[in-house]
Parts: sequence; C-alpha cells; structure tokens
Amino acid sequence: MMHAFESIQIAQSGLAQLAFPSEMSNSVLAPYLFVSAAMFAIGLVGFLTRKNMIIMFLCTELMFQAAGLALIAFGRQHLGSDGQTFVIFVLCVAAAEAAMALALVVLLFRHRESLSASAWKELNG
Amino acid sequence: MMTASLLSKPLAVLAPESGHGNASEALANMVEHVGTGPKWVLLIVFLPLLGFVLNAIYAAIGNKSKLPAWTTIALLAVAFIATLSMFLSYEGTPYTVHAFDWFNLHYGEKSFVANFSFYIDKLTILWMLFVTGLGTLIALYASEYMSHDIGVGYCRFFSAFGLFVFSMSCLVMGDNMLMLYLGWEGVGLCSYLLIGYFYKKPAAVAAAKKAFIVNRIGDLGLALGVYLTFVHFGTVEYAALFSDDKLHSYINAAATGDFSHIPAQAQWIALLLMVGAFGKSAQFPLYVWLPDAMEGPTPVSALIHAATMVTAGVYLIARFYPVFLVSEFALPTVAWVGTITALLAATIGMAQFDIKRIMAYSTVSQLGYMFAGLGLLSTTGAAFHVLTHAFFKALLFLACGAVMHGFAGQLDLRKLSGVAWMKGWGIVGITMLVGCMNLAGLPYITSGFYSKDMILAEAFITPGYQMIGWILVFTAILTAYYTFRVFFRVFVGDQYCEPGEDFHGDDESHFHPHAPGWAINAVLITLAACSMLAISLAYISPDSHGWVGSLVEESTASFHSPYAEAAHHAHVEHTAIHAVDGPVGHAAPGTVFGMNAHTGMILVSGIGAIFGVLVAAFFHGPKGWQGLFLGGRTEAAKCRMDAVAARMGPIPHLAENKWFVDEIYWAILVTPLRVISHIFHWIDKLLIDGLVNLFGFLPRVFAWIIRPSQSGVLQGYAVSMAGGLAVLLFVVLVIVVRAGGAA
Repeated sequence: MMHAFESIQIAQSGLAQLAFPSEMSNSVLAPYLFVSAAMFAIGLVGFLTRKNMIIMFLCTELMFQAAGLALIAFGRQHLGSDGQTFVIFVLCVAAAEAAMALALVVLLFRHRESLSASAWKELNG
Repeated sequence: MMTASLLSKPLAVLAPESGHGNASEALANMVEHVGTGPKWVLLIVFLPLLGFVLNAIYAAIGNKSKLPAWTTIALLAVAFIATLSMFLSYEGTPYTVHAFDWFNLHYGEKSFVANFSFYIDKLTILWMLFVTGLGTLIALYASEYMSHDIGVGYCRFFSAFGLFVFSMSCLVMGDNMLMLYLGWEGVGLCSYLLIGYFYKKPAAVAAAKKAFIVNRIGDLGLALGVYLTFVHFGTVEYAALFSDDKLHSYINAAATGDFSHIPAQAQWIALLLMVGAFGKSAQFPLYVWLPDAMEGPTPVSALIHAATMVTAGVYLIARFYPVFLVSEFALPTVAWVGTITALLAATIGMAQFDIKRIMAYSTVSQLGYMFAGLGLLSTTGAAFHVLTHAFFKALLFLACGAVMHGFAGQLDLRKLSGVAWMKGWGIVGITMLVGCMNLAGLPYITSGFYSKDMILAEAFITPGYQMIGWILVFTAILTAYYTFRVFFRVFVGDQYCEPGEDFHGDDESHFHPHAPGWAINAVLITLAACSMLAISLAYISPDSHGWVGSLVEESTASFHSPYAEAAHHAHVEHTAIHAVDGPVGHAAPGTVFGMNAHTGMILVSGIGAIFGVLVAAFFHGPKGWQGLFLGGRTEAAKCRMDAVAARMGPIPHLAENKWFVDEIYWAILVTPLRVISHIFHWIDKLLIDGLVNLFGFLPRVFAWIIRPSQSGVLQGYAVSMAGGLAVLLFVVLVIVVRAGGAA
C-alpha cells in the first residue's frame, strides 16, 4: 500500500515536471515571434495587394493565426495559461467569422458574378 | 367729462340723508345658518354629465337613430323634476351639498378650500329652474330640428348639449368661485363647440373662434377677480365669503356712502368680476361675438345664446352683489354699460335683414336692460327680466329656427312674407306673435312688459339716473319697432317665399317649405304659454316685487335701493309719501311725472311700445292694411321705410354694417396684434430657427470635408488601417524609448 502510494506521488511530481517546465530563454522565444511576424506580414501584404475576396479572407485568417502564435509563444514564455485560453477563443471567433464571411462572399458573388473587391467600388461616400 | 360726473355721483345715490349701519344684517342672518342638503340634489348636476358620456358612447358605436335626443331629453327632464323638488322642499335657509373633495389645502393658519360641492339658495333655484326646464324643451325641439344630421353629428350635438347643461349647473350651483369658474369655462367651451357645429362652413368656424377669443378677455377678468377675492378675503367659498366680517363692515360703510375706508383691493374685485360678466353676457365693448354666434344651430342660439349662458353674467353680479356694493364705481359702470349696450344693439337690430341676427341683437339689447337693472340696485328687476326673456327669447329663436328649417335656411326678411298664413305654419305664426309682443313689451298683456317696467321704474326713481331711464324708454320704442318689423314682414301679408341657400333643387318655383312637426310645435306652444303665464309672477307676493322678488330676497342678491323701497311702499299701501329705510339707505319715495313710479312707467313704456308697433306697422305692415293708414309694404322686399332710409344718408348703411364696430376692432386691435405676431414670427423664423439650423448645418459641412476618404476601394481602407496602426506603434515605440532613456 505504502509503496504504491509513494510511487503515485513520484509519478505526480514527474508529471508536474513535464507540464510546467522552466521559462524559455529569449533566444528560444525569438524564432516563434519571427515566424508570427512573418505570417502577419505575409497576410497583410496579401490583403493589401490581392483583389480576390476569398484570398483576402484567407489573408485575414493568416493574420489571425500569426497573432495566435505570438500569444501562445508569450504564454509559454511566462508559464501562464492565459495565452492558450485566449487563442481558443480567437479560434472560435475565427470559425464563426469564417462561416459568415464565406456566406457574405457567396452573396456578393451572386450580385456581381465576380469575386473582385473592386466590383463594389460604388459603395463610397 | 360727462361720464366722469355721472360715475362720481352714483353711490351717493345709495347713501341718502342718513345711512344706517345695518345694511348687511339680512345677509348676515341668511348665511349664518348654512346647512347641509340632501344628496339627491347632485342628480341635477350629474345627469346631464351622464347624457354627455352616453352620447359620446353612441357616437363611438355609430348610432344612427334619435336615441341621443331621447336620452338627453329624459335625463334633462329628470334633472328638471329634481330641480322642482329642490324648489318645493326648500326650507328657507341656504344649504350646501358636497359631492367630493377637490381642492382642500391647509397650510399653517391659512387654507384654500374649493370642493366639488353646491350652494343652494333661492337665486340658485331660480336659475336652475329655467336652465333645466328650457334645456329639456329645447332638447325636444332639437330632436326634430337636428334630424337632418342623424348619425355622428346628432350624437355630437347632444353630447355638447349635455356637457353644456352640466357646466351651467356647476356655474350656477357651485358653492365656491372655483366651481363657478369651472362652469364658466365649461359653458364657454360648449358654446365654442356648438357655434362651430357646422365645422365645414368657414363662417361658423370663424364665429366659434371669435366667441372663444372675445370671451377669453372677459374670463381673464373673472380669473383675476377670483384670485383677488382669495387674496383679500382668504376664501373663495360663498358661505365663508358672505359671512366675512370684513365684507360686512365694508357693506355698512358703503351704505353710509363712505368708500374712503374700503381698501382699493376690495373695490377692485367687483370691477374685475364685472369684466368677466361683460364678456359672457355680451355687453359693450365685448358684445361682438354674440351676433356672429348665430352661425350655430338655432336650438343652440335659443338655449345658450339667448336664455341661459349669456345670463351667466347677470347671475355672477347678482350672486356677488355684496361685493359689488362695496365698490364705488362698479355698479354705476354696470348700469351705464348696460344702457349703452341696450341702445347700441337696438339701433343695429333695426337695420338688419337676417331675422336670426335681429334676434341676436335684441338679445344683446335685452341683456343691456338686465345689466342696467343690476347697476340700479334692482336685482329683482334684472332677475325677473332674465326669466321672462329666457322664455320669450327662446320662443322667438325657436320660431325663427322653424322658419329657417322649413325654408331651407332662408332668414332674409325681404324674401319671406305671409308665413303665418301658409298651411301648417299657424302655430309658428301665433307663437311668434306672442314672443314679439313680449319682446316689444306691450302693456299689461305681456310678461316682458312687467319685467322691463321694473327696471325702467327703478331708473326713473333713482336720483341722477333719469338719463338712463330715458335712454331705456327710447330703446324700448326701438325694440317694439324692430320686433314687429320682423313680424309684419315675415309672418303676415301676401304669401311669398324664396328658398335659402340649403335648397339644392334646380327650379326654385318647385320649392315647398316643410311645415314643422309635432316636437317643434309642442315646444313653441309650451314656451308661448310660459311667456304668458309669467305675467302672473308679477302678482304673486306683491310685497316683494313679485314672485322673482320673493326668491331674490332670500339670496345674496337681496339688496335694493331705498328709493325703490320707498316708492314701492307708497304704491302698495296707497298712502301719502313717507320716507322708508331700505337695506341700503333711507329715502323718500321717487316719482315719475308726479305719479308713483309704476303707474308712471306703465304709461310711458306702454305708450312707447304701442307707438313702436304702430310705426313698424306703418312702414312694414302688409298692403291690405292701407285702409288703416298702416300697411306700408307693397311686396316682400319693398316698403315705405326704403324711401325714408334713402333720405337718411349714410345712417342706415352704417347701422346695417353694425356701426363698423367689428372693422374698428379689426383696425385698432386685430391688425396691430397681427403685425406684432408677424414680427415675432420672423424673429422666430430667422433668429431662433436660424440658430437651430446652423447647428444642424455644421456637421454636414464637416461630413462634406471628410467624405472623400470613404473611397469604396477596400484596399484603401486596409492601407489606412495598417498605416494608422504603424503610426500608433511608432508613437508607442518613441514613448517607450524615451522612458527607457530617462530611466
């Protein structure tokens, strides 16, 4: 009995060791942020330069994921769960938003037979 | 100058050689024991209100029968019966009946109490008897008269009718000045609604507005009077006001002719109330609304604008007689304004061709008589004239209404002739004759004669007021003339008629007047009978100037001048002249041409009335009477008067156009007000609206500047967002770096 109990305790402490390792160093963090920044920049440039609404939508998704990646990286950095939690929410919102945005794109397409954003240029002030 | 001297004399009139200190004794005794009355008295007030509500419901459910009329008649009849039993069960002391609390405010030592309760004394009963009685009769008449309008209009008419009787009851029966004011405004509202009954007719709408606005001037006076009463006496309840020690001391001072110790504030109350009375009772200079009010349906003219509402002013002054006595100038002003109104309206009435308008001017003129009576301390004469006038003037209006109803709206006396001889019009002709005789005041055989005589006699025996007497006698001659002018031209002579403007056929020769039905005839006969029977009222209780006098004696209006008292005693007792103490002084009996006042007046005014009738017959009598040197009319539109009028220069034209009083008011009052209102309109339009619009305009300018930024190019927005973010981040970076540098 005693032995078994002790072994569970040991196992638990080992798990804890696994679940909460020590903080990452800045040199480990940097590549994550670099990838995140690159993804965001690619998304932004894509959004600004392409006119196909689906592509533009994909680019916004890319920017979302870049932000998510940065959040997770920082969360790991500070050994907190806030970053991950937040990312879960972001994903949920992104999923809902994807459903709506694609529906919108379909509707817009039906009106103009075109996916180009410039087809809606008359929506101006 | 003349007016000033006439006005400064007056109340010396009430203060002969030796005034005595107990003038207010009778009043004090009367209001000392104000009891509580039975609750069924409330029926009189609330049954007409129920009629108003029921008729409104009928209108809402789209009733298209005569039900509204019968409902109103039944309710008013019950109210009349209740009034009768109130009269019969009256035991000599005034009482109040409480319905519910209305204003009941107490603060510190003071209080303001004006409950929804009613004060019953004999003056109230007198007024309520003819208000509910005539209300019932005229509702019966209207059931037939308004039958062309069955449906919503019919309901609307009887609804307002019920509301009117309710308001009038509040006015007459209320036990405080606030109830009086409520009723006063209520009858004004109903008058407005009913004058404007034919709301699609511009003239009717204009007349309704005119009546309402002119009455507003008077109502302002009344409201201020009520306010001042509260400020000075601290109460608006009759029982408290009339037993107020201050008021009693003022009355006793006034009876000795000494007004110097009565505060100006107390004297102003009467002057303000007087303005209210002038407005509601159509006295100069506020009479202009009443003739125009004839645009309303005739039953309304008969009930509201002849018999009841317009006598509210007389009631007001009679009710507040103690307050009027303590004002040095109020009663003389009332007397003179009444006299001027009587004469002015009679001269206008002589030159009119619309028979309903003639009756309207005669109403104004007769109201003038009543006011003269009030001003001359003959409240009895005024109240008696109110009663007889209510009967015969309602009768005259209803007879004119029957003509109007039967001849498709024809009212021009030049276009009608011999109506009384037409088939089915006999009753109208005979009752019209009765009404005309009463209005003309033919001696001994008419009640109008007795009531007018009472006022005239008072004028002649009161020192300093003979002038009023002469003017009123002259007016009586004019009255007899214009009254019988109508009768001789419209009701006798060769049969002739042209249909009025409501006739929609193509060929006027096929027009057949339709004779009045049983309801109209029954009402006319009843009113004619009442007018004649009212003669007997002069002989009931002769000790107190007839039946009406016996009622007035037991009310707050129970003050008469020493002259009347003295003359009356001399008359009743057939004794030699002896001095008498009246409630307001002490005097030797007055005489008229060396005879006692009443005999003298019967001679003067009786002969005057007959003379007026003969003159009318001479100028307007039918052709067939020429053997008697009378018939002056060759055909419906031509008479001897035409030649006379042609020689009188502009006078007939001026009189026909009402001496251009309306035009004068237009020029000196309405036009300046319009100019001012236009100026304010433009100030409002340019300055105020300008400012408001400027604040509305500025955001549009701003929007116009930034609008191009919304280009419609999606990437453009993205660039601005990204650029904006970049700038923001750059700023944050700079701040962080600087903060780091500082640290």
